[in-house]
Amino acid sequence: MQPFSTHTGMVAPVDRVNVDTDQMIPKQFCKLLTREGYGKFLFFDWRYLDGGKPNPEFILNWPRYHGASILLARANFGCGSSREHAPWGVLDYGFRVVIAPSFADIFYNNCFKNGILPVTLPDQQVDDLFRRTEQNPGYRLTADLPNQTVSDDHGLKLSFEIGAFRKEILLKGLDDIGLSLQHEAKITAYEKGHPQHTPVMYTPVDVKNLAPAK
Amino acid sequence: MPSRTMYEKIWEAHLIREEPEAPALIYIDRHLIHEGTSPQAFAGLKAAGRKVRRPDLTFAVMDHSVPTVDRMLPILDKDAAGQFDALERNCRETGVRLFDMHSANQGIVHIIGPELGITQPGQTIVCGDSHTSTHGAFGALAFGIGTSEVEHVLATQCLSQFRSKAAHIVINGKRPHGVTAKDLILAVIGKIGIADGIGHVFEYAGEAIRGLSMEGRMTICNMSIEGGARAGMVAPDGTTFAYMEGRPFVPRGKHFQSAVEYWKTLTSDPGAKFDTTVELNAAEIAPQVTWGTNPGMVTSVTSRVPDPAAFPHTDEQKAAAHALEYMGLKPGTLIVDIPLDRVFIGSCTNSRLEDLRAAARVVAGKKIARTLKQALVVPGSRVVKAEAEKEGLDKVFRAAGFEWRDAGCSMCIGMNDDRLPAGERCASTSNRNFEGRQGKGGRTHLVSPIMAAAAAIAGHFVDIREWNVDGAE
Repeated sequence: MQPFSTHTGMVAPVDRVNVDTDQMIPKQFCKLLTREGYGKFLFFDWRYLDGGKPNPEFILNWPRYHGASILLARANFGCGSSREHAPWGVLDYGFRVVIAPSFADIFYNNCFKNGILPVTLPDQQVDDLFRRTEQNPGYRLTADLPNQTVSDDHGLKLSFEIGAFRKEILLKGLDDIGLSLQHEAKITAYEKGHPQHTPVMYTPVDVKNLAPAK
Repeated sequence: MPSRTMYEKIWEAHLIREEPEAPALIYIDRHLIHEGTSPQAFAGLKAAGRKVRRPDLTFAVMDHSVPTVDRMLPILDKDAAGQFDALERNCRETGVRLFDMHSANQGIVHIIGPELGITQPGQTIVCGDSHTSTHGAFGALAFGIGTSEVEHVLATQCLSQFRSKAAHIVINGKRPHGVTAKDLILAVIGKIGIADGIGHVFEYAGEAIRGLSMEGRMTICNMSIEGGARAGMVAPDGTTFAYMEGRPFVPRGKHFQSAVEYWKTLTSDPGAKFDTTVELNAAEIAPQVTWGTNPGMVTSVTSRVPDPAAFPHTDEQKAAAHALEYMGLKPGTLIVDIPLDRVFIGSCTNSRLEDLRAAARVVAGKKIARTLKQALVVPGSRVVKAEAEKEGLDKVFRAAGFEWRDAGCSMCIGMNDDRLPAGERCASTSNRNFEGRQGKGGRTHLVSPIMAAAAAIAGHFVDIREWNVDGAE
């Protein structure tokens, strides 16, 4: 995973609450077998007209937001389906940072597996960022993870909270499977002791030739 | 020991390691996988030279993209065929048990887990699907995970997780005639909204929850994620144990008895502390119908489509106006005056035998409205399908004009050919009315199976309480 330290880039606003992952990457693209190449499908139904032409009304298609790498969003961003195709699309489109008042749990988790920094800021600050983005063409922000700040060139500087562990994961681009496997001995010990907790866990019967009805 | 919630008990029983400021490492008892979110996880595992640690605790099924028509025909959708091939190959190479689309036990992952007894009280259960919350109905800690986490569980049989907060959702009183589990959970989401559950596990309690069958409890827990909570749970009780006994993966004889003794200890202790409590009175809940583009945009069947201006916050006003535009609805329209194009009875929310029986009782001896373009019944599993056919439910549905299909996710998500065309309106027993969920431009109204059945007959929504059918309980 690509580490994340600081990032400066243009901001693109998507001014809707409860943007769900079905909107980010619709179902038909969840049948692919790779993790790459989802950027062209991001916000597909909003972004393209029937026939595949870009929808000029959708904000990411406005020329002034081309090349944006920071996504400004509203509350409960990424709700619904657990599909990791959504953050894969966000990243592949070119966004490294998503700023919103709140994120849905699964999407938030998925960001940290993909080197995306989700920044949670209070409603009023997000409102203010929407205003600044709309009023200043080419509006840019710098997200500084070590110092946990978001700042612009006009003197705005906002602090954000992020868990120490998650911060470390992003800063170092850590593979958390590798981290967990450092505790291999504990996992094995747990497995040995497990049946005492729950005497029922490991007695499956063979269902290979099971009749359809019980 | 201090009083603990059921969530805390199961969490602590699965802790491998927990340190301040860091996520805990918890052991996973059951890992369910499907063709949609697993190929990249297996590929990642292979690329890193890692193995599936516990193939015996991993169960795979094909459900999201499977055709619900004749499966002996070739799969023309090459992307879907690619998913099936990948799952089949990955399971063969790693020794994971697979219920492929020709298995007699195939079905939606959240239907077959409980049906086969793979799902048991006290377990930790994960799956790369947000509706994994369904399994919490048994008093298990079950939640959806992303594909990177699927890879993590394949490699380690553990998950790195932060502790959640616990919310107590108490539904007091008795469920009125014609009000189902689906109506209860839609009413809960209508009350709390779709984001209040973020960071929480819901434990459902109260007389109305106790009075539900396992099928009803699964419907409730299934939609926890629509309230923002990753997991929902119901304490196991006699109803749970009676459901479990004799299922293929459930222990038998004295092992079953000792399992039940353990399962009984899972209940939240008296005085256990919840971070939030929400109370509802079942007697005040009417049959529910969604009018917008998320499950929190819901109202009683006796109400009208709301006026966006009536919402307190600007965000909500904008969202409601946008939703009504997408849904092609005008404020003030009576819910019962909304005409329908299609009806879909299926999905991991409502496709179990009990759902199909109730819907069949509503449609028995009647015909679907002539204005309807399609009415679909998609059983949640092939076992449900076989049992329903044994009871003659397929004949009841077919005689009324419904199509009777093979098991899978179908039009809930539209990854196969079952899709809602643009501009058309569907009464659906599924869980998400998001824009484009059932098909680009499709307009979804979430309802209970008996409401969907009655709407198919009438061609529009009806107050099922006025229909004198025993299907309305």
